[in-house]
Amino acid sequence: MTWFIKNSTPLKTSDSVTVRVPEGMWEKCPSCKEIIYRQELQRNENVCPKCDYHFRITPEARFQALFDEGKYNLLYQSVISTDPLAFKGLKKYRDQLKNLAKNNMQQDSVWVGRGKLEGIETVICVMDFQFLGGSMGSAVGEKITRAIECGTEERLPVIIFSCSGGARMMEGALSLMQMAKISAALAVLDQARVPFISVLTDPTTGGVTASFAMLGDINIAEPKALIGFAGPRVIQQTIRQELPEGFQSSEFLLQHGMLDAVVPRREMKQKLARYLTYFLNPDLFEAEPGA
Amino acid sequence: MSRDVSAFEEPIIQLKATIEGLKAQPPNAKTSREISKHEQRLLKLQKEIYSNLTDWQRCIVARHPNRPYTRDYLENLFTDFEELHGDRRFADDPAIMAGFGQFQGRTVCFVGHQKGRDMKAKLHRNFGMPRPEGYRKALRIMQLAEKFGRPIICMIDTPGAYPGIDAEERGQAEAIAYNLKVMAMLKVPIIVYVIGEGGSGGALAIGVGDHVCMLQNAIYSVISPEGCASILWKDAGQMEQAAEALHLTSDKLLKLGLIDSVCEEPPGGAHSDPAGMFERFRDHLSNWLQSQGTVVPQNHLTSRYQKFRNMGIFSEEG
Ligand SMILES: [Zn+2]
Repeated sequence: MTWFIKNSTPLKTSDSVTVRVPEGMWEKCPSCKEIIYRQELQRNENVCPKCDYHFRITPEARFQALFDEGKYNLLYQSVISTDPLAFKGLKKYRDQLKNLAKNNMQQDSVWVGRGKLEGIETVICVMDFQFLGGSMGSAVGEKITRAIECGTEERLPVIIFSCSGGARMMEGALSLMQMAKISAALAVLDQARVPFISVLTDPTTGGVTASFAMLGDINIAEPKALIGFAGPRVIQQTIRQELPEGFQSSEFLLQHGMLDAVVPRREMKQKLARYLTYFLNPDLFEAEPGA
Repeated sequence: MSRDVSAFEEPIIQLKATIEGLKAQPPNAKTSREISKHEQRLLKLQKEIYSNLTDWQRCIVARHPNRPYTRDYLENLFTDFEELHGDRRFADDPAIMAGFGQFQGRTVCFVGHQKGRDMKAKLHRNFGMPRPEGYRKALRIMQLAEKFGRPIICMIDTPGAYPGIDAEERGQAEAIAYNLKVMAMLKVPIIVYVIGEGGSGGALAIGVGDHVCMLQNAIYSVISPEGCASILWKDAGQMEQAAEALHLTSDKLLKLGLIDSVCEEPPGGAHSDPAGMFERFRDHLSNWLQSQGTVVPQNHLTSRYQKFRNMGIFSEEG
């Protein structure tokens, strides 16, 4: 049992017995706190078999699951973040970017892939929470904008999987303005009558929710994702009350009219394809004025 | 008025008190010479202090309790203005004022955050932090302006969109997002003034325009310096460093290409001389409106799109 020694973290099981579990073989479900054998989790598309919690997955895993035969082209890989403000908090932003690049995180916090989804040529953006919390800086804004512009020019449907804590503070107002930039690109896509589906995954908050994530022709979410404008902690500090059970969950947003559906991961590809067929090649019932 | 907010203003306040004291005396040649001498000193002192403010001090000025608010600009620069209310969906949100009025003989639409001056007004206006219905009202009035061909003047002054349970339930994020998208395509000219505090998405939600102008001591930021400090420094007390790092002042944002112009403030800041501020604001707005004809040029929306399209600094290899 050598793996008990290194890289172990104390975890509580549902029986409240503290055990030490090695990282790598087991995963603790953040929702039901059960400890799950990792292979079992992977077989289940990274969905908790006990409570249906959807674990965060890499953009690569997402593309593999969505594109036909797992085949796709990565777009705009050359667009990367710089450190325009020479930002230095406790850490230097420049060093954070360098370390990520060293660890093979070359794609910033969004990946753009182009390929076929049930035979429909589609542009899909997937945000990566592992890259600085999926935060949106200039590079993310540029990549998503280009993806949308590509959709407009070539009449390709656009799907964006959001997963982000919001704007990237280390780029100051440059990151704030990405909200306006992407939303403007979506307005153009809108006028071209090319479909845009927004898929919100755990977590989607801040400037990402308050821009493209809420602007889909259809907005859907994975189950039990945290979705909101303000984070729960900020709200709690402001109102000094306990937040209601299930507040800001996918199901809560569905109930309040902000989502069209909550879609489990195993049904995602099929549902997306079906939605797209509703909107592709629109018939134009343009009446003559006065007719 | 609370004096704690701006220790750096202490010498200015003292000198102003001296001048007031002299003015209260029976006028004679000697005191009037004194007064004009002190007034010259005051001007010099204000210029000196205000041209050397740190970024955090500029935040204090941007939030100064005596700084002119949206309502003050309306009352002093517009005639025959009427506020219009409600989003036609849920409620009226007093954190945003919107309506129509006359500016130099031209009908214009106005939309702006309103903070509220005394405690009662602050509570009524929710400290200028809108709920979704505020953004939806703003959009409804702006769409009226579009329908009837009136230029839109937006005034930004908010700590941010309200982070509350009810705001989340009614779709704070959706309300902001939808404004960003629709404002990008509104066919009439839009000018945006950041008059005080430009707090993140809650500010930007009425901030997509053909021309964005910041008053000299206004701030515009993705997060408050206090919020940024508590996250990136793990200590909200480091707000001075955070303010510096965030590049939230008008001069820095102009250099980054995120705003189009800066409107100068009176030497001691807008709050020290509101009349002087209104005059400068009037000149700026008047110039811009005159540059806009009554027929919207064909490429007008393309230029607005391109302006925001080009925002961002990244690198591209290969
Ligand atoms: Zn679980």
